[in-house]
Amino acid sequence: MFAYYLDLALRSLKRNKVLTALMILAIAVGIGASMTTLTVMHLLSGDPLPGRSQQIFYPQVDATPAGYAKGGPLDMLDYHSAVDLWSAHRADRQALIANSEVKVRTPDVSLPPLMVPMLATTSDFFAMFKVPFRYGSAWTAADAASRARVAVISSDLNDRLFGGADSVGKILRLKDSDVRIVGVLQTWRPSPLFYDVRAGRFAEGQTSSFYDKPEDVFMPFFSGLEVNAGNFWQFTCWGKVATPGHLQDAPCVWVALWVQLDDATKVADYRAFIASYAQQQKALGRFASTQTRMPSLMQWLVFNHVVPSDVKLQTWLAFAFLAICLFNVIGLLLAKFLRRSSEIGVRRALGASRGAIFAQCLVEAGVVGVVGGIGGWLRTLTGLWLVRRQPVEYADLAHLDLGMFGLTFAVAVAASLAAGFLPALRASGVAPALQLKTL
Amino acid sequence: MDIRPIFAALRKHRIPAGLIVLEIALACAVLCNAVFMIGQRIGEMHVPNAIDEAGIVDITVQGTDPKLAAADVPRNLAALREIPGVTAVAAVNIVPLSQSGWNSNVATGPGELLKKNTPNVAQYLFSRGGPEALGMRLLRGRFFDDAEYADSQLGVSYLPGGHVALVTQSLAERLWPGQSALGKQAWIGDDNHYTVVGVVADILRPDRNGEGAAGFHWAIFLPLSPASVLNTYIVRSNPGDRGRVLRDGIRKLEALSPNAVVKGQTFTEVRDKFFADTRSMVGMLALVCVVMLAVTAFGIVGLTSFWVGQRRRQIGIRRALGATRGHIMRYFQTENFLLTAAGVLLGMALAFGINVYLMQHYELQRMPMYYLPAGAIALWLLGQLAVIGPARRAAAVPPVVATRSG
Repeated sequence: MFAYYLDLALRSLKRNKVLTALMILAIAVGIGASMTTLTVMHLLSGDPLPGRSQQIFYPQVDATPAGYAKGGPLDMLDYHSAVDLWSAHRADRQALIANSEVKVRTPDVSLPPLMVPMLATTSDFFAMFKVPFRYGSAWTAADAASRARVAVISSDLNDRLFGGADSVGKILRLKDSDVRIVGVLQTWRPSPLFYDVRAGRFAEGQTSSFYDKPEDVFMPFFSGLEVNAGNFWQFTCWGKVATPGHLQDAPCVWVALWVQLDDATKVADYRAFIASYAQQQKALGRFASTQTRMPSLMQWLVFNHVVPSDVKLQTWLAFAFLAICLFNVIGLLLAKFLRRSSEIGVRRALGASRGAIFAQCLVEAGVVGVVGGIGGWLRTLTGLWLVRRQPVEYADLAHLDLGMFGLTFAVAVAASLAAGFLPALRASGVAPALQLKTL
Repeated sequence: MDIRPIFAALRKHRIPAGLIVLEIALACAVLCNAVFMIGQRIGEMHVPNAIDEAGIVDITVQGTDPKLAAADVPRNLAALREIPGVTAVAAVNIVPLSQSGWNSNVATGPGELLKKNTPNVAQYLFSRGGPEALGMRLLRGRFFDDAEYADSQLGVSYLPGGHVALVTQSLAERLWPGQSALGKQAWIGDDNHYTVVGVVADILRPDRNGEGAAGFHWAIFLPLSPASVLNTYIVRSNPGDRGRVLRDGIRKLEALSPNAVVKGQTFTEVRDKFFADTRSMVGMLALVCVVMLAVTAFGIVGLTSFWVGQRRRQIGIRRALGATRGHIMRYFQTENFLLTAAGVLLGMALAFGINVYLMQHYELQRMPMYYLPAGAIALWLLGQLAVIGPARRAAAVPPVVATRSG
């Protein structure tokens, strides 16, 4: 039966090629535009740490003078609070981070010096954020305790400096210190670069920099601060900075702490812990306010409006556009089916049920949907290719994964079946007798 | 022309007519908002920036020994000045639109930081010759004198120890509305304050920093004797020479500091990079508008063609009864006009609603009301253009069709 309906549909579609082409084109552009933006949305708004993000939290306390941090604690921590909370080891895993740019040279390779972003962090960082290694491993707790000059580098930097070979044991000259490479990461591209997300509410919607690549050099926190001393920048300061770039004792926030808390009790305990820490610091006179906050990773991303507002606007626009295309297709299908009223009348008179007419019309709409879906898929690929050529940080992420590929077809067919539903219903309502009379 | 028969005919095709109305309404709403956004972004890309954008290149030297960096500054400036075609050079801490922030809250008195809502301001520091190298335009007052550069050393909190400042016109207006800024004190923190000696035409800040469109021009300029933070060199020349000047400048600085990382670019490149997102959004919006209008036009062509085909007999009868080709043409044109009218009425309301929604959820301003009738006229024109082809075909139906059956 289906084969017969398909044959009927193809015949009907062939009868008016221009119109068929118009309908297919409308579905294809509509699907192409909406699936391109949806894919980008999906890539940018996803969970950067699936399976772990619910256990990751961002504790914040407030070391600023009274009245300074009106909208809650600042986005980062001062050095002393961060180190106090970290050394208490109350969480299952915990990582301090501080960002800077460092000059890199290699004694063995004759390349001009580079400035690359460096993350000073603690050893839990890699296990907590499930960072994959290509060669070697993270530094040990003993390395960190002895302030050893060791580093982990990104696969990108390893490719640039060592042509992708195993560089574990090789020496890098970071600023003025010789540092031994203990690990090389695999390509690791969390989207967004969640642990560096901050200040999103001041970005006026221009947040594509949150989708930048991870740092190229990772060093143990305290040795990193020593090696690249003078190059650490504050997030913000509220008082005098005696020696710019050396922020340990400055009235500045510039360090972040991430913790992993495996169950709800631990989360509650940790909240109580930072609250009591704030109380204690206030009693000591170091804090003016006891306000604290501890968003989960996903809450923190939402708080910072990570998805660029342009991307959201584009998604809205694309779906409005898809709606326009669908109205178009519905109108055309309706006109087409009703124009064949007499033919449908004959078929009804010869015994075709309403259901059969309905099914026939729907098959025709479905054929348009499938062909339009293929067109839409091609257009989505073209659209993503265009996105990849845009000068934005997330450009290299824009690829169609299997799920979105399937969804493209599903949406195309669903859209054209939905578009075909009303016209098919109207067509199946054609009364046989009335139409036969006019023949 | 009597429009009653048109209504009667449309009533028979309520659903297709309704669909075309909806399509036009949606297209009108999207068009108004998209064109508004395009205009906003193009405006944003053309906000004034009173420096010599076409003549400036900037070269940054990183990774030198911080103890020697200050001593390097006069040497590097001298080397750059020797390049043929260079008209001015200066060392600065940051460059407009370079996306690396150096911001402070600036107050009009001490102790205001915690009490009042003080503006967040970009803080430019430069060596002697800064105004000339950037090509700043003085509106009132004066630039700095040599002694003011020489006396200003970098102190605590990255703040110069000098006592004079220049401010942009927008910042002057924000801090001292309706008054002359000259001679006023600009406070950064509770210990440093600077006397405003000049007001300059608006210059952009390196990044947006959450102060909105107005704050994009809030900048303060402080003189500084050579210091390690002045690691970017502004080199000014004729626009035609700047490619060569940039190459020569990078080569010279690399030779002077073999262990440093030297990077340079023209200011045009800095600007292009800053607005890259904006430009691609404008392109995308424009593309959507064009394709959307094309789809809408084809939808109108398709549907009207069908109606023409369906009504061949009626058209023939009308022709046989004396209607001219013009009458038939006008029938379809009027029909289209009525459908579009219904569509744009709905569309204008929808466009307004979408704008209100976007204002609440995104960084968008209120759309001026004239966008609505403009969008409506655009769709009317589109509709009339789309209907010409099918209406011509309708008019070409010979009266003799009336005598045939079917």
